[in-house]
Amino acid sequence: MSQAAPTVDATRAGTFDAIQSALRRNTWTLGLLVFLAILLVFTRLIQPTYGATGIQGLANSVLPLALAATAQAIVVISGGIDLSIGSMMALTSVVAASNMQDQSDLFSVGVVIGVLLLGLLLGAVNGAVIVVTRVPDIVVTLAMAFVWSGCALLVLRTPGGGSAQWLEDLVLGPLGNEWIPKAGVVLVLIVAAIWIPVSRSRFGLSLYAIGSNQLAAFRSGVSVGRTKIFAYMLGGLFSALGGLALTASTGRGTPVPGPYTLLSVAAIVLGGVSLAGGRGGVFGPLIGVVILQLIRTDMTFLKLDPNLATVAQGLILIGVVMLGSLLQQRRSRA
Amino acid sequence: MTVTQTTDLLLEASGIAKTYGAVVALKSASLAVRPGEVHALMGANGAGKSTLVKILTGAVRPDSGTISVRGKPRVAHSPADARRGGIVSVYQEPALIPDLDVRSNLRLTETPLPNFRHWLDELGINGLDLGRLVREVPLATQRVIDLARALAIEPDVLMLDEMTAALPANLTERVLEVIGRQRGGDRSVIFISHRMIEIAAVCDRATVLREGETVGVVDVTPGSEERIVELMLGDIVQSMPGASRTAQDRNGAEPRLVVRDLTARTKLQGVSFELHPGEVLGVVALEGQGQDELFDILAGSDRPSGGEVRVDGKPVSFRHPADAIRAGLVYVAADRAEALLPQRSVRENIALPFVTRVRRWGPINLGREGKAVKGAIETLQIDTRAAREVRRLSGGNQQKVTIARWVASGIRTMLCFDPTRGIDIRTKNQIYVLLRDLAAEGAAVLIYTSELKEIQLVCDRVIVIFGGRVVGELDAANADEPALLRAAYNLKSDALMPEEIAAEVVAEAAAAAHPETDQ
Repeated sequence: MSQAAPTVDATRAGTFDAIQSALRRNTWTLGLLVFLAILLVFTRLIQPTYGATGIQGLANSVLPLALAATAQAIVVISGGIDLSIGSMMALTSVVAASNMQDQSDLFSVGVVIGVLLLGLLLGAVNGAVIVVTRVPDIVVTLAMAFVWSGCALLVLRTPGGGSAQWLEDLVLGPLGNEWIPKAGVVLVLIVAAIWIPVSRSRFGLSLYAIGSNQLAAFRSGVSVGRTKIFAYMLGGLFSALGGLALTASTGRGTPVPGPYTLLSVAAIVLGGVSLAGGRGGVFGPLIGVVILQLIRTDMTFLKLDPNLATVAQGLILIGVVMLGSLLQQRRSRA
Repeated sequence: MTVTQTTDLLLEASGIAKTYGAVVALKSASLAVRPGEVHALMGANGAGKSTLVKILTGAVRPDSGTISVRGKPRVAHSPADARRGGIVSVYQEPALIPDLDVRSNLRLTETPLPNFRHWLDELGINGLDLGRLVREVPLATQRVIDLARALAIEPDVLMLDEMTAALPANLTERVLEVIGRQRGGDRSVIFISHRMIEIAAVCDRATVLREGETVGVVDVTPGSEERIVELMLGDIVQSMPGASRTAQDRNGAEPRLVVRDLTARTKLQGVSFELHPGEVLGVVALEGQGQDELFDILAGSDRPSGGEVRVDGKPVSFRHPADAIRAGLVYVAADRAEALLPQRSVRENIALPFVTRVRRWGPINLGREGKAVKGAIETLQIDTRAAREVRRLSGGNQQKVTIARWVASGIRTMLCFDPTRGIDIRTKNQIYVLLRDLAAEGAAVLIYTSELKEIQLVCDRVIVIFGGRVVGELDAANADEPALLRAAYNLKSDALMPEEIAAEVVAEAAAAAHPETDQ
């Protein structure tokens, strides 16, 4: 599985063993990377002009979904599921766009911070409702999806508003070398800056613990309810980042949520996160997002009917996950 | 029954009550644990033991009553809270996170690593790779890891809730040894087990619960087992089948089940036996000698790699448990969770196997089903106060439900794999009686049990499996515990036994000699 449990002092077990066990644990992620590389070569073959511009476009289109997938991965690892991610992205996006339009840079920085806090709040509401009412995650977040998207329409009736220039500059365009898209760098930095410290903390362990075996976690002294709320708060935070990314890359706010919720589920499944909870990480899903997007791009290059492309995307998802679990079964039997 | 003369109690609980809706789990339970003692908490299933444990560990809040630790009142609000207050528990199911490695699990509970290593050594597990995922570690080792982790925290009160019930014999011995050494210090152990031998071996005193009340505190001395069982049972008269039975005349009858040279990969290496109608055939084996595979094959959930199985003279090969059920071989597992739908009612659980056959996918004849189910519930005396959801029944009653579902549809051949694991004496007795009754009505029963005492009570004949082979066959009359143990360890009856096994045999034989089991 992709970077399941963080091992802090793995170095003591000998570097070779450490590398070997790291490889063993990250087989899925490595496999995805290989698949991605093959896909890139394939893209280059069918479209010889695909190059720096292509990568640039890929990074820009991937950014919001990648953040949504990170949000989903964290929640699913903790044993839940968040069907309100798309709506939270829409709400945070319109709040950002409507407040940032024609304002000073300093004010817009305040708006960004406010929007991130809003994301934490939305997530906290999701989590708290689940923990307090004991209504299943899937029901609560489905209901909250309606609530948040209604709120988004209350804030902004039609697409509009604007983005601060610095925010757009932050994600659009290359960074120095034309092959390095800013969106990609920003994505990796944000995810690494938040996820790595979290996954190494006791909270990160608790996150895997409640997703893996809730009773055992409870008996080990983990506060299940609190951990769950934190997981949803992190989900809300990443959704808000996704909303900001939407505003930054389009230059306005869109109150109707895109297909991000279900795509995020697809991406994490592809990225090796178990829907049963407890297994997986966030880097696998990131690669999963890129793969999903690249497959779409290839379909357009092949001049396939876009509707057919959607069908193909679904079939590929099933195929890859099935192949993966077959390989894993064989490995564990050997 | 609170002990009041000692003022320096480590843990004192009194007047604890808890009701769940209409079900009274605890009426008035008390428990007083002195420092440095190993204290047994005894009670039949449903007596309220598990509720009391949950209250002490903070998983459940009591409706009333007081709890104090070292004289200070303290009600834990969560296991984390109880842990901080010095109460740590270990359950039969290890509280380890399967998807984390061992080291991360230790970090989760903030367990000091050197202490953990020390206790792991004491418990006889050496060279454990802390980087391994828990789910890749054998279950028995997981249980020991869980115990070592609890010991490493050095709690004031260590609570062991049937943690030995599913341990292999050699590890149990090690665990008991370590627990025994905890005596006399500043800390105490609360020990819960259905095995009287273990209680006698390590406990100083025993508190007995019955129907939600503490009915007595007994000093554990040689001979006190009888008193404990009396307290547990109350005035319910035990009816126990006699050990001697008239030998059945099997000459004319065709055997119900014939197994010839059955092999399964490396686990079974040519097992042969016959099972006759009206017979209860015991299987005795140490942990992992191939008995699991044998039962899996006969129940249709695994396939043999060679050999022959005949049912009523016809060779069979099962591809699915449904095939085995159709051939009349029904399976009762040790682990109730494997067999039951925990959220569904007693009725649905009992009716499940005979309404799910494809040709009966039409509307369910509720009237007929109801009659069959009711009959089965009565036969087994299932306590149906919480019949709407099976998971709310006690373990013993759950096991009765798994048996009842086969009784309801009429049993030809029953395969029981350790059916009385973790079940109290009273329910055990009822199950023994039931198995005898089934045999008397012409059913054939194959039973594996880890409790050798059961063999003479319930079986006509017993086969012993060692290393995937049948190494012995005894009549019930000769199958006392020493004989079975010798056979199970594959020792010739005149050979010298290793010292520790001999000691165990003597201890168990002594325990078996007490009349608790065959009054």
